[in-house]
Amino acid sequence: MMTAVLKAGRGIRWYLKQVTGEAKWDEYLERCRREGAEPMSRRHFERHRAEHQETNPRARCC
Amino acid sequence: MSTVTAPEQTGRKMTPQSMVIWGGVAVVGAVCWAVLALSRGEEVSALWILFAALSSYAIAYRFYARFIAYKVLGVDNTRATPAERLQNGADFDVTDRRVLFGHHFAAIAGAGPLVGPVLAAQMGYLPGTIWIIVGVIFAGAVQDVVVLFFSMRRNGKSLGQMIREEIGTVGGVAALIAVFSIMIILLAVLALVVVNALAESPWGVFSIGLTIPIALFMGFYLRYLRPGRVMEVTGIGVALLLAAIIGGNWVGQMGLADALTLSPNNLVFALVIYGFVASILPVWMLLAPRDYLSTFMKIGVIALLAIGLVIARPALQSEAVTDFALNGTGPVFAGKLFPFVFITIACGALSGFHALIASGTTPKMIGKESQVRMIGYGGMLMESFVAISALIAASVIDQGLYFAINSPAGATGGTAAKAAAFVSNLGFTISPDVLTAAAQSIQETTLISRTGGAPTLAFGISLIFTKAFGGGLAAFWYHFAIMFEALFILTAVDAGTRVGRFMLQDTIGNVWPKYGDISWKPASWSASAAVVGLWGYFLYVGVNDPLGGIYQLFPLFGISNQLLAAIALTLCVTLLLKHGKARYVWVPGIALAWDLVITMSASWEKIFSSNPKIGFFEQRSVYSAAYDQGKLLKPAKSMDDMQQIITNATVDGVLITLFALLTLTVVASAIPIWIKAAKLGGLPTTEVPHQPSHLVDAAEIFATPQEKEAIRDYQHSQRELAGSGSGGPR
Repeated sequence: MMTAVLKAGRGIRWYLKQVTGEAKWDEYLERCRREGAEPMSRRHFERHRAEHQETNPRARCC
Repeated sequence: MSTVTAPEQTGRKMTPQSMVIWGGVAVVGAVCWAVLALSRGEEVSALWILFAALSSYAIAYRFYARFIAYKVLGVDNTRATPAERLQNGADFDVTDRRVLFGHHFAAIAGAGPLVGPVLAAQMGYLPGTIWIIVGVIFAGAVQDVVVLFFSMRRNGKSLGQMIREEIGTVGGVAALIAVFSIMIILLAVLALVVVNALAESPWGVFSIGLTIPIALFMGFYLRYLRPGRVMEVTGIGVALLLAAIIGGNWVGQMGLADALTLSPNNLVFALVIYGFVASILPVWMLLAPRDYLSTFMKIGVIALLAIGLVIARPALQSEAVTDFALNGTGPVFAGKLFPFVFITIACGALSGFHALIASGTTPKMIGKESQVRMIGYGGMLMESFVAISALIAASVIDQGLYFAINSPAGATGGTAAKAAAFVSNLGFTISPDVLTAAAQSIQETTLISRTGGAPTLAFGISLIFTKAFGGGLAAFWYHFAIMFEALFILTAVDAGTRVGRFMLQDTIGNVWPKYGDISWKPASWSASAAVVGLWGYFLYVGVNDPLGGIYQLFPLFGISNQLLAAIALTLCVTLLLKHGKARYVWVPGIALAWDLVITMSASWEKIFSSNPKIGFFEQRSVYSAAYDQGKLLKPAKSMDDMQQIITNATVDGVLITLFALLTLTVVASAIPIWIKAAKLGGLPTTEVPHQPSHLVDAAEIFATPQEKEAIRDYQHSQRELAGSGSGGPR
């Protein structure tokens, strides 16, 4: 029972992180670690993402 | 590595177990439909609609969507998707199917499925229910999944690009003009809904107004204080938002009531300025945080509404089919059931605008081809469910009240006594006191002629929530629902203006390249101003239309959205024929045929009807004949009103004609290709050739045991390749 609740909680947390795009940073860190590259700062990383959003607007439907 | 095949892929026989389960679902659905169809006069619970919808969706998804995915489209998991081949962490990005479902749903579902069904409820609950459910299964969801699939096979090309390359330049140009002008009408009508919901409502203006500083705060928080902590800041934002709704309760005590009681024209002014500023500000400042808020509110309210409905089990107050369905004299919008129910309910049943979302962004993020079924078809079913919930909310309120809220001010006269008299003329009884008391119960000054659907829906939601979760909060729930609707209409206005601006810059950029540079301020500002000016014009006209903006403009919005669907479905038919799948062409074909029947007959009536309530040009000639003789025709109160009616009728009539001709141009330019492709058994297309896929992932929300095992093996091998790593809980 407890484990099921914990599992569901972890699932929701994972989902929210993914949907909001927060997980992108973790994925980036992971990739840097794998490739042995020095990661940029989070501030810098998020700036990059914001710049991309700027030129790629997503239409919202009715 | 890519050996996992979805177990559903081949036409395997059903197990006895699943036969029993699906037989059960079919029986539940049949019983619900029978109750809805047969009960007359007695009290019918709204849950019958809910469960008729859910069981129909389940069966359609299990059988029809599967047939479309595996037989008609031929999804192929051995083929790498653009996201896998071109992965760049930005546009092309393999995204978990459940996450992408969330993104796609948030992008397609907005205020549309909430407004159309509410207006269509004037014809009773049955026509709307049938069209929303049957329409989504055979038309709306089909369009979404087929466009998504074909765009995915072309590296996520946009609808316009695909039409240009597969049908021809003429069709492509017609489609481009259609998309742009339809978007303008859409933004204007959505903005009109907000204006009608907020006019003379200090509480509403207070809480919606506060969303701007809240969003700005979130934007700066994410930019400077704690970059990237989206969940944290969204949590804070939602809390502030709820505080803003509750705080609205005390605008009177704060002495703000007068300052925040805005006339419709002031609101138009405010919205136009807001729309312009929002579209030139950087995305991180306003648009992105507002989007987080509106997405969370959207999911939250829809879930709450579903739970509330099941707990409250409200009874339907409206008739199954009202007289207005047959005689076409309804006060909310003119015209008979056919074709106008099908036009009024676009979003939720068939929405052409989705083709813009299903081509472009979403297809670039799909990991495995088989996932198009769940994202394209499944996402649209979910929107349809939202539409059904809205229809229920409108059908459970007292019908006298419904017509008092939704009839234009020219008809109700604007006061409780006149409105009550008008409604009783329609055949419903409601006393002026009851009308006033209803407005007081949600702390609004009046509910009379609050057209546009939002106040009706909010009143219905407030009724359902009060019944489900305990009393005393009716006013809070009402403003909560208004906030929820206004929030994502404003998000759509921001995003739509920006998309329109990019389209305009891109188009003009073809002749004057400098103008296409999106970072060049003179271009971006002037393009934004042009887009805002265009929808602002229609918004202003709608707000001041003596006949009622929603009454006049909503049919235009519905027809144009459905015409866009006809353009998208024409592309679907063309591509199936080009791919040599003539035997399956009936799948998008029946949707296209039906859509052409309804849009063309509605356009025909709007252009040629000799009833001035329906035909724009007849309306024009009736009013201008009276104008020439110096006479006033109701509901005009002055010669200026008369002039306005004449101008509006002309503009609306010309627009409908233009939209219909553009659509027919696209269809006509496709027909020779259909004939040629059918004769030759196929034609070359721009599909990207097969490249092997190495990715392993499940097809549906829940992975089957075999899929889980295959994913585990795959992740294991990936980890060995990479040294180590972590994945999400699959």
